[in-house]
Amino acid sequence: MKSSVIVFPGSNCDRDIAVALEKMQFKNKMVWHKDTSLPKSDLIVIPGGFSYGDYLRSGAIAGKSLIIDEVVKAANSGCLILGICNGFQILTETGLLKGTLLRNKNLKFINKDVNIKVINNSTKFSNKYKKDEILKINIAHNEGNYFTNSNHLDELKKENLIAFKYCDEKGNINEETNPNGSLENIAGIYNQKKNILGMMPHPERMVDEIISNKDGINLFSSLLN
Amino acid sequence: MEKQFRLNLKKNKLKFSVTVTLKKDVLDPQGKVVQNTLVNMGMSNLKNIRQGKHFEIEVDENDTEVAQKKIDEMCKKLLVNLIIEDYKINKI
Repeated sequence: MKSSVIVFPGSNCDRDIAVALEKMQFKNKMVWHKDTSLPKSDLIVIPGGFSYGDYLRSGAIAGKSLIIDEVVKAANSGCLILGICNGFQILTETGLLKGTLLRNKNLKFINKDVNIKVINNSTKFSNKYKKDEILKINIAHNEGNYFTNSNHLDELKKENLIAFKYCDEKGNINEETNPNGSLENIAGIYNQKKNILGMMPHPERMVDEIISNKDGINLFSSLLN
Repeated sequence: MEKQFRLNLKKNKLKFSVTVTLKKDVLDPQGKVVQNTLVNMGMSNLKNIRQGKHFEIEVDENDTEVAQKKIDEMCKKLLVNLIIEDYKINKI
């Protein structure tokens, strides 16, 4: 499977995701944001970081870069797109995913391992996970507080487009287990066609027992499945 | 001639301000913290604070209406996230 990782000035998880993809036997290429064509890819990853120093709004400037037109075209023709952290913010700024990510409710940058629950396990990104499986995945963000209008929230629920929700070790989803104030504890969502996933947690950081755990591996093996 | 050129440039310049604020029902944690701090400093008659952004934009255009349309396009395409933010354009 071929993957491309888009690199912006200020991306800082691009190498991490590349290492994770290569470990999982993806044939990966790095693509600079000024490029105007994409290598043939089955998966495009928009990595985490602080593209353009989060100027204006997180992801706003990167969302207008040259390569994004190609990413939108690829997305519309069914290519799989994964946006992690700043990548999720960029996807909402381009309009590929609806809603937006506000400042964390407690106004603090949060960097910790949190529990998330797999809500939909029947997509290209999640088929190797069990339904309601609880994962421990790292989050590291300042703007992770997902917000959308009530019509879209209804659509997310009705069409099973919520990918992950923040919870505790036992799977309880409530205000106490919500690290950043996200609407209904949402940690990741799909678009309607389910070929685009945006998520705040970092699965690429959870692919090796030595540095963390392996809870992120199944996301990549789902894609290969 | 150079003087005339500069004069023309000045003539064609229009300046606008754009104020961007979070919509009424969107939580503004920064505004809240600033408000709490001011209250703690003794500003007891303070009712509400919303924090926003301010842009000053100069455009090379002599028709105010055309310029205003341009600024509006800038707002919709980049400066404002219409899901959570409102904006006001003023001529200055």
